[in-house]
Amino acid sequence: MPRVKLPRKSTSIDMTAMCDVAFLLLSFFILTTKFKPSEALAVVTPSSVSSKAAESKDVVLVTIDPNGKVFFSVSDDAPKKEIIEAVNTSRNLGLTAGEIANLSSTNIPFIGVPFSQVKSLASKTKDDFKSGVNWPGIPVLDTLNNELTDWVAAAVAAFQGQKMALQVKGDNNAKYPSFQAVIRAFKKNDQMKFQMITNAEGVPEGTELYKKNMSNMAAGKAPSAE
Amino acid sequence: MAEMDTSGGGGHKKGPGVKKGKKLSTRVDLTPMVDLGFLLITFFIFTTTMSQPTAMKLNLPKDTDKPEEQNKAKESGALTLLLGGKDMVYYYEGILKPDGSNFKSTTFKDVRDVILTKKRSTNPNDFVVVIKANPDATYKNTVDILDEMTINDVKRYALVDIFDVENQLIKVTEGSAGK
Repeated sequence: MPRVKLPRKSTSIDMTAMCDVAFLLLSFFILTTKFKPSEALAVVTPSSVSSKAAESKDVVLVTIDPNGKVFFSVSDDAPKKEIIEAVNTSRNLGLTAGEIANLSSTNIPFIGVPFSQVKSLASKTKDDFKSGVNWPGIPVLDTLNNELTDWVAAAVAAFQGQKMALQVKGDNNAKYPSFQAVIRAFKKNDQMKFQMITNAEGVPEGTELYKKNMSNMAAGKAPSAE
Repeated sequence: MAEMDTSGGGGHKKGPGVKKGKKLSTRVDLTPMVDLGFLLITFFIFTTTMSQPTAMKLNLPKDTDKPEEQNKAKESGALTLLLGGKDMVYYYEGILKPDGSNFKSTTFKDVRDVILTKKRSTNPNDFVVVIKANPDATYKNTVDILDEMTINDVKRYALVDIFDVENQLIKVTEGSAGK
């Protein structure tokens, strides 16, 4: 046995540099993280095998909550003010300029009330939109008075022919009549193409779509699930 | 490793009023801080990818009320799927017979087989699936059926309103099954 053990040299490394790198990376990720907008409407969407990502610009979104109540909202870059003004004129809501301004701002993320209550909606603030608030929803079930038709008509007019992404985000447990009424409102406004927001789901193996995707991938094309 | 040297570096002398004469060397071990840093980075890496909107979209085909679109489906090639409450699916091929003899029921898992058998046995030009939902069906049922259309590569399908006759049949079947 060697009697002389090698003298242990000190292996202390200066960790400062590594610490700097770690914090730089951390700052990068903190700044690039986009948090999901906390939603006042809790909607669990069904899953589907579609693989196209949903649009996020110029979006007109109709949400159906588990109780079948219908809500109308638009993305931030949409002409919200014009929509409110159009509805104000067509339905004689008597909104003042201040109320219109508040309704078009981010204080009011969605409309979930009948036309008769829109005026009182204008005085609400962001805090009134916490989750769990019981909104009456836009009345759609009565075929003679489908208020969503007016909202969609206002949106179509406000967009003035520009490309508008109509989206429907429904909860799993929402019953079919609400969805049917939403489709009717779209049809009345001649909006035949719309998208339904769903969660991603893997294509089941052995099915036609699976085989189609496999052959597309082999040919170098993108998966064709629409 | 960096160490905390408190072994009284430098001669200490007890001067007047000086309690601590020891010079503490302030070498702090930075390893735990780096660990924390990396933990936080990993956290943010994972949450950044997860917050990407995983929303997908389903495009419904154009619904036209024009008669020329409606009459193109041959009876023999038509499969009608009726969505009822409690995740039940009823179906019949062709036209509903007056005595309801071809009215069958199935579940969502088996409906894929039903669609496939019908698809294989008919001419692709004639094959059309008609989807009707009664008021008890949920949104999830509707989206799942539309999904099945995409999964099974059904080129022609339509979402239409249910007939009263069919709705009656569903109610009767549900009632008699004791659900």
